[in-house]
Amino acid sequence: MDPKQIATALWTLVVKEIKRFTRIWPQTLLPPSITMTMYFIIFGNLIGSRIGEMDGYTYMDFIVPGLIMMAVITNSYSNVASSFFSNKFQRSVEEMMVSPMPNWVILTGFLLGGMARGLGVGVIVTFVSLFFSRLEVVHPLLTIGVVVLTAGLFSIGGFINALLADKFDDISIVPTFVLTPLTYLGGVFYSISLLPDFWQGVSMLNPILYMVNVFRYGFLGVSDIPVELALAAILAFIVVLFGVALWMLERGQGIRS
Amino acid sequence: MAEPALSIRGLTKVYGNGFHALKGIDLDVAQGDFFALLGPNGAGKSTTLGIVCSLVQKTAGKVSVFGVDIDRDFARAKYHLGVVPQEFNFNQFEKVEDIIHAQAGYYGMSLREAKPRAEQLLKDLGLWDKRKGSARMLSGGMKRRLMIARALMHRPKLLILDEPTAGVDIELRRSMWDYMRRINREEGTTIILTTHYLEEAESLCRNIAIINHGEIVQNTSVRELLTQLNTETFLLDLARPIEAIPRLEGFEVHQVENSQLALSVKRGQKLNDAFTQLTEQGISVVSMRNRANRLEEMFVSMVEGANANNSRTRQVREIDSDKAAAETTTTNTGTGRH
Ligand SMILES: Nc1ncnc2c1ncn2[C@@H]1O[C@H](COP(=O)(O)OP(=O)(O)OP(=O)(O)O)[C@@H](O)[C@H]1O
Ligand SMILES: [Mg+2]
Repeated sequence: MDPKQIATALWTLVVKEIKRFTRIWPQTLLPPSITMTMYFIIFGNLIGSRIGEMDGYTYMDFIVPGLIMMAVITNSYSNVASSFFSNKFQRSVEEMMVSPMPNWVILTGFLLGGMARGLGVGVIVTFVSLFFSRLEVVHPLLTIGVVVLTAGLFSIGGFINALLADKFDDISIVPTFVLTPLTYLGGVFYSISLLPDFWQGVSMLNPILYMVNVFRYGFLGVSDIPVELALAAILAFIVVLFGVALWMLERGQGIRS
Repeated sequence: MAEPALSIRGLTKVYGNGFHALKGIDLDVAQGDFFALLGPNGAGKSTTLGIVCSLVQKTAGKVSVFGVDIDRDFARAKYHLGVVPQEFNFNQFEKVEDIIHAQAGYYGMSLREAKPRAEQLLKDLGLWDKRKGSARMLSGGMKRRLMIARALMHRPKLLILDEPTAGVDIELRRSMWDYMRRINREEGTTIILTTHYLEEAESLCRNIAIINHGEIVQNTSVRELLTQLNTETFLLDLARPIEAIPRLEGFEVHQVENSQLALSVKRGQKLNDAFTQLTEQGISVVSMRNRANRLEEMFVSMVEGANANNSRTRQVREIDSDKAAAETTTTNTGTGRH
């Protein structure tokens, strides 16, 4: 395919992915918005006022970046996982397989679709948060950069999950048993400086901690960990996982017998 | 001479569970041909076609499409291919027109190019009114036509149809046949189809390959195959119901219904002999027709022959018992009445 055809194919796929999650918005866009509003009301407003300050910020200001990031992570991941898996399940993945579209275009198409949903939900949650806190962004470029990278990374994760999944249950295992705990323990609700040394050390192994922290740094200008290191780590994860996903796709893992 | 539209050499497939689905198949389909791939359930037809269009990974062998080796440049080979698979493989929740526009997009066709092409195809295939509805609301026959429209969007030179008329009513089947004949004749599209309706292969196709247990057991022209037939069966409608099956010297006779007989005539035998005997026995025939599916008889005998050679006894017995069952029913009706 020439570059123009590749661009057409990629565009087709991205538009199709965006159409999918907007078509079923009550399942994709609405629930995270409601959940996050609950978090803002309960943790930020009601309980937060009793907690007092965290790292020198009101509790509400402290959790807003983490909650936005949490929404972006789960939505990017589950968008690609469920969309690609349902393509597998309904066999419509064959439409792509019989076409001359290269595998990297297929992967990138789903990835951009997942990012669109993750970031879309992120924007909705940010908008909701404006009702509860004065949002100020200290480093806008960094903030946007890290959230985009995170959305990309978790979209790839969702893709790999879908390739490996045999049944619908298989695409909810990782979000439930891996993503949610890691996000909760990733410093969304507290600063790891509250933890004993040992648990601080353990927390440093949690990749989500880095993303949440850099993101919060972008907003507030404070972070528990070095920002450059975190960015480098996210990039490295993206490169490696993209490679893994592409390799699996080339092998036809889970889609070609 | 132009290279074949499809050329397959030594194609082998062993599935993950160790099952040998294809055991070294050789096949050539000429450009412009209308080709049938026949075989009983599980013979390996879909596996073969799946490999050609990249849905199944081959174990060994070579496949080229219009001279393009799929191992060298699958993307280029895929441009020549349009695929209508055996099972529905579109997103049921998408709109009909979205499905086929997207397919064109995957081949690099812009929406501007795709729209008029889609309109043409949807109109030709009687789906234009349904274009705004979601695909799950189509009937089975419409879904199959949707897949045909989708396969033709990028104007492939080779159209592969895996049981295109399964679950399609007779009237619709005829119109689909006409459509396939038309694109074969007018646009020069090479067509390969698999079917269980042998009558379909007989009426549509020029060349035919029969596959059984992952091996090609016959590869010839339909005409050639039909001349190999040495028995023809006629159905005779009688003026009055008969009490007992008449004995006709030299002919095999079965009773189909109360007043219908099936008469098998071997090559070289004269119909007159049969009629003379019928007249002598006071049986008058009001009408007569050739039993359809002559190919089917041939097919059954050929597949059985191949099975015997392969000493696949279990399978033979299964096929035999099916056929025996079918025959018992007809004979029973006959004997039960007298
Ligand atoms: N994914 C798979 N794993 C293991 N065996 C398979 C797989 N797909 C097909 N087979 C086996 O390979 C053989 C050939 O199957 P195939 O689908 O090619 O048959 P077919 O000729 O298309 O039959 P039908 O007329 O029923 O469509 C069958 O015995 C089938 O059980
Ligand atoms: Mg089949």
